[in-house]
Parts: sequence; C-alpha cells; structure tokens
Amino acid sequence: MADTLYDKIWDEHQIAINSDDSSLIYIDRHLVHEVTSPQAFEGLKIEKRDLWNKSSIYAVSDHNVPTNDRESGIEDKISKLQVDTLIENCKENDITYFDLNDINQGIVHVIGPELGITQPGMTLVCGDSHTSTHGALAALAFGIGTSDVEHVLATQCINVKKAKNMRINIKNKLNQFVTPKDLILYIIKKIGTSGGTGHTIEFSGECVSNMSIEGRMTICNMSIEAGAKSGIVAFDDKTLDYIVGRKHSPKKLILDKAIKYWETLHSDSDASFDTSFDFDASLITPQVSWGTSPEMTVDIDGKIPDPSAINDVDKKESIIRALEYMDLKPNQKVSSIMLDKVFIGSCTNSRIEDLRQAASVLKGKKIAKNIKLALVVPGSGHVKVQAENEGLDKIFKESGFEWREPGCSMCLGMNDDSLSPYERCASTSNRNFEGRQGDKGRTHLVSPAMAAMAAVKGHFSSFSD
Amino acid sequence: MKEKVISGQVIPINQSNIDTDAIIPKQYLKSINKTGFGKFLFDSLRYKQTGTLDNYKDREPNKDFVLNQDPYDKGTIIIANDNFGCGSSREHAVWALKDFGIQSIISTSFADIFSRNSVKNGILLITVDKNVLDDMFSRMSKSKVFIISIDVNKQNIVGPDNLNVDFNLNDADKERIIYGYDDIALTLKRREKIIEYENKMKKKKPWLFDNEE
Repeated sequence: MADTLYDKIWDEHQIAINSDDSSLIYIDRHLVHEVTSPQAFEGLKIEKRDLWNKSSIYAVSDHNVPTNDRESGIEDKISKLQVDTLIENCKENDITYFDLNDINQGIVHVIGPELGITQPGMTLVCGDSHTSTHGALAALAFGIGTSDVEHVLATQCINVKKAKNMRINIKNKLNQFVTPKDLILYIIKKIGTSGGTGHTIEFSGECVSNMSIEGRMTICNMSIEAGAKSGIVAFDDKTLDYIVGRKHSPKKLILDKAIKYWETLHSDSDASFDTSFDFDASLITPQVSWGTSPEMTVDIDGKIPDPSAINDVDKKESIIRALEYMDLKPNQKVSSIMLDKVFIGSCTNSRIEDLRQAASVLKGKKIAKNIKLALVVPGSGHVKVQAENEGLDKIFKESGFEWREPGCSMCLGMNDDSLSPYERCASTSNRNFEGRQGDKGRTHLVSPAMAAMAAVKGHFSSFSD
Repeated sequence: MKEKVISGQVIPINQSNIDTDAIIPKQYLKSINKTGFGKFLFDSLRYKQTGTLDNYKDREPNKDFVLNQDPYDKGTIIIANDNFGCGSSREHAVWALKDFGIQSIISTSFADIFSRNSVKNGILLITVDKNVLDDMFSRMSKSKVFIISIDVNKQNIVGPDNLNVDFNLNDADKERIIYGYDDIALTLKRREKIIEYENKMKKKKPWLFDNEE
C-alpha cells in the first residue's frame, strides 16, 4: 500500500490501536522547558512515578530568561522560581539540562535540530505548540499540554488519534526578498488559521526541495498557525547534510544503518492525501500581517481590508474588531503603517540564515528615528557565536539594533522584552494575537528582511522603493 | 454508566479564533502550580489594568466584558464561534476555565491541542453545526438568563424555548468526562507491550537509544 511520510512514521511508532480509534504511540524524544513542565514533574512526585527513559529528555529554559546581563541571573523572582524549579527537577531526575550560560542554551526549537537531538523519522514532543518546527527534519513532532508531558515522562508514550494527511505543494521558486516566512504567512492567509486543523501538513514541491533546512523549519514552525499540530518535509540530501556531525547525531558506527532508514522517509509517489493545496511560489510577494490573527495578512503592496466589502458576518466583525485593536483604517496602505519597535528573533526566525538575511538589508544603514527599540535575539548560543564570527553583530549594532542573549524574548514577552500598551512592532515571530507581545501591544508578523527594512524606514516598505 | 448532567448559565462569546493567549495571558504562566488560574481567566479582557501573579488585586473590571456581567459571571458553559482555543499549547488555559467553573464549551470547532487538554481535565467540548450555534446566540440575545442542561450520557442539550440539540461524543471521551481517568495508570498497565516495542526498536534503530555525546 502506498503511504505518506506521516503514515510511515506513525506506523513505525504505533504500539497498539485503542478501542476508541486512538493509538498508543511511542515517543523517541521529549524536549522540556520551564513553563509547561513544573506541574508535570509535581504530578509524578505526588503519584511516586519514575521517568521511563531519562536519556530521551533534554531540558532548557527559554521563555522566562533575560536576554541581557546574564551574569546577574534572573531578577524577576517569579520567573526565577520557575527556572530554578526546572533545574531542580532535572537534577532530581538526572535529565540533561542546558544552563543559561551554556553555549548550547537557546530556544528549545532552535537547539533541538542544532544539537542533533532532532533526527529524521523520530517522534518528538514538547509542551509547546511550535514543536511542529522539528518536522523540517522529516520527524513527526507536535506540541502537547502539561498532562501529556507528564504522561510521556512516565510512559514514553502518548495516546493520540491519527490526524488526516494534508499535502501543500509549492511549485517554482521564491523571488528575491521573498522568504520562507512570507511563504508560510501567505499559505495561512489562503487556508486560514483552522485550515489545517486535524491534519498533518506535508510541504512538498520544487520550492520546498530548494529550500534550506532552516527555511523548512520556519514553514513547519507556523503549521500550528494554520491549525495543524505537525508540519513535515521529506528526507533528502539537504536533511542528511544538516544532520551529520552534530553533537547528538548518530555516531559513525551506526550512521550508515540510520541513513538507510532515513532514505525511506518520504511519501510514496502514489500515496493519497485527504486534503491537498497547490501554490505557486513565484506569485508570492513579501507579506505583512495587519490584524490579530496570522491569517489577517496582506501583500506588502496591499491595503488593509475594508469590512464593508465583506459579506460574511463573523468575518466582518472580526475584521472590525481587529482594525480597532490595531488602530488601522480600512483601505489604508500597508506602507503607511508607522512602527515603534522591531523584533528579530523567536523559534520562527532566529537562526543564522535569518540573521544574515536581516543584516544584508541593514548593512551600512541606520534605523529610523521613530524606532524606540530594535532587538535582535539569536535563537541559541551557537547562533550567537556564529553570527559574531561573521561580524553580523557589528552590522546590527552599528545600525542601532541591540544585540542580545538567546531566548524566546519578545515573541511572547514573558521576560522584560515586551511592548508597552499601544506600541506597534514589526516582529519576525509567529503570533499577532491581542496582547501577545505585551498588553494592548500591536504586532505585525514579517520576515527578518522585512523587519530590517521596516527598522530602516520606520514603516513598512517594499524592497524596490 | 454513571449519569452525568452539566447544567448552568451559558456565557456567550460571539467571536472566532479565541486563542489561548486571550484565555490566559503569558504572565500567569510563570506559576508552578496547577490551581488558582480562574481569577485570571480572560484577564486582559476582564480588567482595565494589566495584572501579574503577585499583583492582581485592586484592578478595575471592564464592565463591557461578559464575565463581569450578571448572570454570566456565574456561568458554567461557554458558547463561542469557530476555532476556539487556537494558538499556544498552554494547558493553563484549560486550568483557568476549569478553576473558574466552566464545565463545557460549545462551538463549531476547536483547536487540536486545546481539545486534548480539555478532555484530559474533564471539560466537555461540544461541536455543533453553524446553524445550531447561530440559533443559540440568537436565543441568548433575547434573554440574558439562559440556563441549559447537558446530558452527557444521552448526548443531548435542552434549554429555554424548547431548545433541544443532540451532539456527537465518542465513548472514550464520554467515559473520561464522566469518570476522569488516570491515563498514566492505564498506560502503565501496558508496560510489557511498551518494553517489547522498545526492545525491538533498540535492535532496529540503535542510534535512537545511543544519544549520549
């Protein structure tokens, strides 16, 4: 029978089919961060349950951590308690933990692939919805709640219903200044934030084959913004090149055996999908989200939607509400939106290629006077060092950006990096929900190149201007 | 099977794409506990000032928000539009709903991770067709006091003006809502099966179990 890539990984990990159509699925890797784990460890302690396989778990603090002045520790007592709780739980259970001052520390979805923890064909979970990122390496990766974190810690398994198969095929190549971020924003705009609900999305086609692994991470990362718990891309030479030689990648002696298995990780040519979409990369221009849901996105040359032109009552009302929250006018040009802050970072766009992309736009330029704060937060210690070796930090700093330490930072503002009420931000992150980056703050989701451009101009602008 | 009926005032939130950031804002995720989140449910919509875990009292409630209005402030069932619970996987959203007293949510669709978290915590999610949802909203616009009764066993909702709606619910979720299983204990009963699988995979894919530096 012809299988999709998702079918293959699913079957490989299915221990049993349950009476309610869900399956008992084995989990190969479990990533843990400080926000969604304390209650899980507490639950195990209360029930006196042991971890099933501690060597399958890697832990790091990323959400709550300060991005400057690391040496003096975490000032916020509540944040500090949460981070200390993770450290304590890891110590007690003998789990690998990457400390704040360790070069391996970073955003959980950046360090997993970077350190070779994420590998093709694996099942990987984390108490974080952006776990979908890891699907870029042909792994089945998805976010889970804290109850399931506890369940996986104790049993190495999860009971879950199989999702449907969706294929998103993207032909042709992306144009200059159009990035994987623009592609995924465009797709979400087209299929909606619940377009992928109940599905695993496999991204394929010429555009994806040509895309770097980091680019694939960006599109898989935001699968969840289209409603899909997992995004996935088939294994190919690019995947292999990326994996080999990383800290936790398979060692020489068993690598050949692993590669043989990895080479089966693609959908069979005649596999059938429940849902399919086709897009043409060459038609896509840089994207800017204007509203309070990632599907509220327009082309850089576009205009803010006019609710009076919308017939669907629910849609009309959500547009009116978003316009009010974002303080925008119908038919306003995207290029007229003035900004207060710029954030380059997050599990979507904080890898070395993202920073190169932004730096190439910034080189020799200064940020505009109306920009109160422009932040670059590398995704990990390794990304930071790599960028510094390439001199990117100098480009950022000379243009007026602040160069920070790795963490989730202003993507959700659990640390000190956040928007003040009514501030408007060009952000390379993944969610523009009300209050996401700070209470009453206004977020526009863009690519790193667009964020850099917006920083220089003080407003959004196409690259041809 | 034990009988279970959820009765109470319905809280109408006629919006699509209600995300978990709205249900519980990030600053409250710093808690290491599972309880006490109810007072922060829909926090940024509910209060005019931003709160924190150690400073949330003495804030001015936003009277325009439904949870600050009688009789909705004592509601136990939420009715909302498409794609409820989208966004972050934070189970704190479900803990906040539960701690506030919400026992069931009715919508046209729910986000995947949120659905799973809800069932795990005994919150009954009911998916209905758009016309049923619109009908309920329209009935509620005529009468603020709107008490319905959800019979979990019979999979049926009854309410004012002969409201009578059947809904789908699979047996496993039904049992979970009624009895509140310890899923870990159930899975651990299959320990031998898991070990058997693991031993097989250790031979087939040894690199997965040899991940030390």
